[in-house]
Amino acid sequence: MAKVLIVAEQRDGKLKKSTFELVGASAAAGNETHVALLGEGVDGLAKEIGQYGANKVHVAQNAALKLYNAEAYTAVLTDLAKSLSPDVILASHTPTGRDFMPRLARRLDVGLASDCVTLAFEGNSIKVRRPVYSGKATAEVEFVGAGPRLATIRANALGVPKPDAGKSAESVTATANLGDLKTKTTDVVKGASARPDVTEAAIVVSGGRALKSSDNFKIIEELADTLGAAVGASRAAVDAGYRPHRDQVGQTGKVVSPALYIACGISGAIQHLAGMRTSKTIVAINTDPEAPIYQIADYGIVSDLFTVVPLLTEEFKKIKEH
Amino acid sequence: MNLYVCIKQVPDTETKIKLNADSSGIDPAGIKWILSPYDEFAVEEALRLKEKNAGSTVTVISAGPTRVVEAIRTALAMGCDNGIHVEIPESADNNFAAKALAGALKKEAKVDLVFTGKEAIDDGAAQTSQLIAEHFGMPCVTVVLGAEYGATSVKCKREVEGGAFEMVETALPALLAAQKGLNEPRYASLPNIMKAKKKEVKLLKAADVGASEADQKIKYKNFQLPPPKQAGKKIAGEPAAQAKELVRALHEEAKVV
Repeated sequence: MAKVLIVAEQRDGKLKKSTFELVGASAAAGNETHVALLGEGVDGLAKEIGQYGANKVHVAQNAALKLYNAEAYTAVLTDLAKSLSPDVILASHTPTGRDFMPRLARRLDVGLASDCVTLAFEGNSIKVRRPVYSGKATAEVEFVGAGPRLATIRANALGVPKPDAGKSAESVTATANLGDLKTKTTDVVKGASARPDVTEAAIVVSGGRALKSSDNFKIIEELADTLGAAVGASRAAVDAGYRPHRDQVGQTGKVVSPALYIACGISGAIQHLAGMRTSKTIVAINTDPEAPIYQIADYGIVSDLFTVVPLLTEEFKKIKEH
Repeated sequence: MNLYVCIKQVPDTETKIKLNADSSGIDPAGIKWILSPYDEFAVEEALRLKEKNAGSTVTVISAGPTRVVEAIRTALAMGCDNGIHVEIPESADNNFAAKALAGALKKEAKVDLVFTGKEAIDDGAAQTSQLIAEHFGMPCVTVVLGAEYGATSVKCKREVEGGAFEMVETALPALLAAQKGLNEPRYASLPNIMKAKKKEVKLLKAADVGASEADQKIKYKNFQLPPPKQAGKKIAGEPAAQAKELVRALHEEAKVV
């Protein structure tokens, strides 16, 4: 059994599913599970965290923590880690978690295993494996020296457990000693899209160069919206200007592992496969039966995507209605 | 302005990764090494800032084995003025490399801004930028997609999830980690390629910059290639029948919809 500190992630007072993955995994392993919750006016969220099996939620609230601020987060978490002395500190490998965890590692003078896709608790330590070369291989991480073991875990890697309304956590106030901040976050500008982020979505529908234009991505978007999915794109489609870079899946874009990945008009260049091969179920739609994407696809449809994709949207609508 | 770019040399994205005999790492045979793609945006940003501020210099620094000098020359060919190579072992982790890079920066008379790529595409750890800043003692903004430079501060647009941006203002000196889209990196010109070949790249040893094996905090071991996937099922028939069968299979067999 280990003493585990998990850094919860919230945006606009809403907890991320990836936080529940970490809390659930730690609690299921029988660990003494502590959660750090940072923000302003977020103390009400402690109850929800408790339902996933946390023992104690340490709530740090301050106006400077309302928006994510790397320096403020690092200061609060360093103090908490030093007073709590956990064996393990975990955060999700999100734009927030991946930003502050290296800083926390440095303050504690320990190593960090980032973007891990497997996590096992062993005694008071962890065993983790992470992709290297964007998933063309994986490696186990060995921590050198003493001190807490730090890791960030990829979203969707562990799975979200079911909450138990009968469970609750003790909630305590953590001191928010922010010191002198050289950095301030002045605003958050929302994205124009209501779709989920490609790294967080349970389903991703991606389009490649075969879409031929940004307008044609409309059929991809319609399929995605029917499924509540994110829209992704290959590097070729991004470089051609059909989609913004933030949608790019692959070695020089996002690495995703959704439950379902639908690749439309994507041949499957090695650098694209690196970004999505850990998806649980992969569907490929491509006119070329020899396309490399079929080597990793669970289901393939060798047909023109402009014909098949709208038909799929209609079929999915039928089962959604039932 | 005294501008710095910390870069990494990585295997080309098209590289097929093979493991070495005891799976303790990858087989380096046949790898084509390149400047990590996100670092190109860092180099370009420093060069653009130099062009707007007369009398500025851009120094490119890389930590690693001797081969990384090639990546330094790539950056010099894009227009950087000086190159520094800090020699550390192939096996050095993010913290060891960051301590070495920060140590090299500390030896410089004045540092106004340091640029890096938001991550290197080999280990993809996205740690070294923040660690350099921590070792040096300066603020750091990661995943920067836009920046407005003032005399004593910089306003950054930081990309986060869902297409949203955090607007972050930080005091100088600072480190900015570039995201693709920050700018459009230039191609090296032939005269600059020729000049870059002749430029002296200053060599520093780890001990010169206060870094050592003691800074190694993690090691990678037991490398594995992804398990081969079983060949999937190609769904036959007319498009309408294919669509119907796929949706049925995803719903009833894979149970993902």
